[in-house]
Amino acid sequence: MIALEQVRKTYGAVTAIADVSLEVAEGELLVLLGGSGSGKTTALKTINRLVEPTSGRVSVAGEDVRTLPGPLLRRRVGYVFQRLGLFPHMTVAENIGVTPSLLGWPRARIDARVDELLAMVELDPAEFRERDPAALSGGQAQRVAVARALAAEPRVMLLDEPFGALDPRTRGHLQAALMNIRARLGLTIVFVTHDVVEALLLGDRIAVMRAGRVVQVGSGRELAHTPADAEVRALLTEPLELAAAARARLLAEAP
Amino acid sequence: MNELLPTLPDYAAAHLQLSLVALLAGVLVSVPLGIWASRHPRAARPVLAVASALQTVPSLALLAFMVPALAAVGAPSIGWLPAALGLFVYSLLPILHNTAVGMATIDASILEAADGVGMTAGERLRRVELPLALPVILAGIRTAAVWTVGTATLATPVGARSLGYYIFGGLQTRNYAAILLGCAAAAALALLLDALVGLLERGVRRRRRGLVRAGALGLLALALAASLPPLLGLLRAEARPLVVGAKPFTEQYVLSRIVAGQLERATATPTTTLESLGSTVVFDGLRSGEIDVYVDYVGTLRAMLLGRTDRAASRAAALAEVREALARDGVTVAATLGFENTYVLALPRAQAEALGLARIGDLAGHAPGWTIGGDYELFHRPEWQALTTTYGLRFAEQRSMDPSLLYEAARTGEVQVIAAYSTDGRLDAYDLTPLVDDRAALPPYDALVLAGPRLVAEHPAALAALQALAGRIDAAAMRRMNAAVDRDGQSPAAVADAFLAELAQ
Repeated sequence: MIALEQVRKTYGAVTAIADVSLEVAEGELLVLLGGSGSGKTTALKTINRLVEPTSGRVSVAGEDVRTLPGPLLRRRVGYVFQRLGLFPHMTVAENIGVTPSLLGWPRARIDARVDELLAMVELDPAEFRERDPAALSGGQAQRVAVARALAAEPRVMLLDEPFGALDPRTRGHLQAALMNIRARLGLTIVFVTHDVVEALLLGDRIAVMRAGRVVQVGSGRELAHTPADAEVRALLTEPLELAAAARARLLAEAP
Repeated sequence: MNELLPTLPDYAAAHLQLSLVALLAGVLVSVPLGIWASRHPRAARPVLAVASALQTVPSLALLAFMVPALAAVGAPSIGWLPAALGLFVYSLLPILHNTAVGMATIDASILEAADGVGMTAGERLRRVELPLALPVILAGIRTAAVWTVGTATLATPVGARSLGYYIFGGLQTRNYAAILLGCAAAAALALLLDALVGLLERGVRRRRRGLVRAGALGLLALALAASLPPLLGLLRAEARPLVVGAKPFTEQYVLSRIVAGQLERATATPTTTLESLGSTVVFDGLRSGEIDVYVDYVGTLRAMLLGRTDRAASRAAALAEVREALARDGVTVAATLGFENTYVLALPRAQAEALGLARIGDLAGHAPGWTIGGDYELFHRPEWQALTTTYGLRFAEQRSMDPSLLYEAARTGEVQVIAAYSTDGRLDAYDLTPLVDDRAALPPYDALVLAGPRLVAEHPAALAALQALAGRIDAAAMRRMNAAVDRDGQSPAAVADAFLAELAQ
């Protein structure tokens, strides 16, 4: 569904990503995992042309992304990022309906779609439709951002640390909601995160990135069993060690 | 006061129309320019610098500069156009600046979201950036609106109708009610416009349709009110009236009314007066046909047209020189009125008597310790050169001030000598003694009625009516009429009417 071939992006003398080649099958959820500066966000943005590669080729559904003007491409690809960017001068309904309105959908179809999406992200349409974004909690705003990305019925979703700023409980709820929606709609998703646990919980496969390059791609289990290097090994064992340490504390403190 | 009120709606409407047109043009240019500036901050720096520099030019100078600038390109150089252009330039900076700032301060995440949902650059501008920057842009428009309405009072000296008519005229004729009326009306207009744009701004900021609608309707009504009188004027489809010009002092106000009244009586053509114009503005207007008639003085014309400030062989010779120079510009001398209005050096009578001063030459010994006051023009004029070299005068200080303040400055001793006008009623009113120019350093300043080419060609009856004024006003009569305005508080129109009634008998 999505393919990156030898994608490279440089800003002057600085290389953001190099030799990035990835394939995402239809209906798959691929996680790009890495720390800050690893190039995961840059790689993600080449897919909807928010970043134009210096060299290499990116295709979606078998078509080179350069065959479509950027804005038209982006109307077909859902995009959610950590800072949300809900439009403060529009209501929740107007925010969600923005891409359909760009596509020229009739009013009634947009209204129906907005209600459907609000229900899908578990917000009561009657209560939230006319709200200002400023009057939403962090979790609610994130649900609206997801609904906005889904509005024009995309087959592909790009998510850039979408739940990074949320408290763990809310994050858990939203992860579950996303997995539900994904199962229901059969979406193909590329999901950027620096959180190993999130990557393991959500990803069908994980691409580990470091210093602008893809270090290893595989399922969580493959990464854990045949790590490409010591750092990948450490990355995968760390959550287990943390869980073990937490568990030890809990048991020790039992009366 | 009562005679001023009937003209107020006309002048207020003209004032408002001038301000609104300048403001609208300012918005149409500044908003796109500000958007461009926010996209290209480096390239925009010089643009913003130029706009800031224009803002520091004193507004009166900026408006006055438009006159020669327009004349140079052959456009109508006095009246509405230079005023509107000057005000337009003045309105640019606040709108430009606020647009650039409003656009540049939009959160980057919102712009990324706009791109992310698939907006083109144009859609992003219309749907996201402009709506978000609008409150800031409107705040800039609000500032510009108040400045423009305030500055529009300065449109009077370049020949545009505005509320400045009351202020400039009132200053010259010491009619404080007129000054107050002009200021209060301008302030009221400024506050009204400020409130309406403020309503829009608050409506946009809080996304309240009702407020936006109220503000927009109010502005629309205001624009309609401003454009109604000119539109009605068009409907009436009158013949173009004869335009009588006047420079900004009492004598000119009285004479322009006398000339206008005389023309109205003798011809069927309507006349209108254009007052408080600068010296060169009014002459340029006459030459270009925007003004048909006004009164000027031989000495002024001789210096301006011929660059001659030397002593003329005689008054007749000076007049002949000027007449010939005027003819080259297509201007006809319709009449010599019968008096001279020359500069005279004057000081309080008590002081003159105490020091035994009677002639200009007597000043030489005192000058190095004294300050002399003069109007804005005198010290730049060649006559001043002639006067100081002939009598060997060197004053400690030369102070330029508004003619209306000169006499008061002499009375209070703020300056010791003033360059007054020989027919000024205030010489008597303030008990000042004029010093005799015994060496005839100053050229003759006979008052002439000048007629422009259009009047001469198309209105022979009007020319005859002007010729009938020849020799009808002597210096004493002129000084009496000036005093009637300056000392007794009569209006120039009333004084002119009285004179015309006498003339008719």
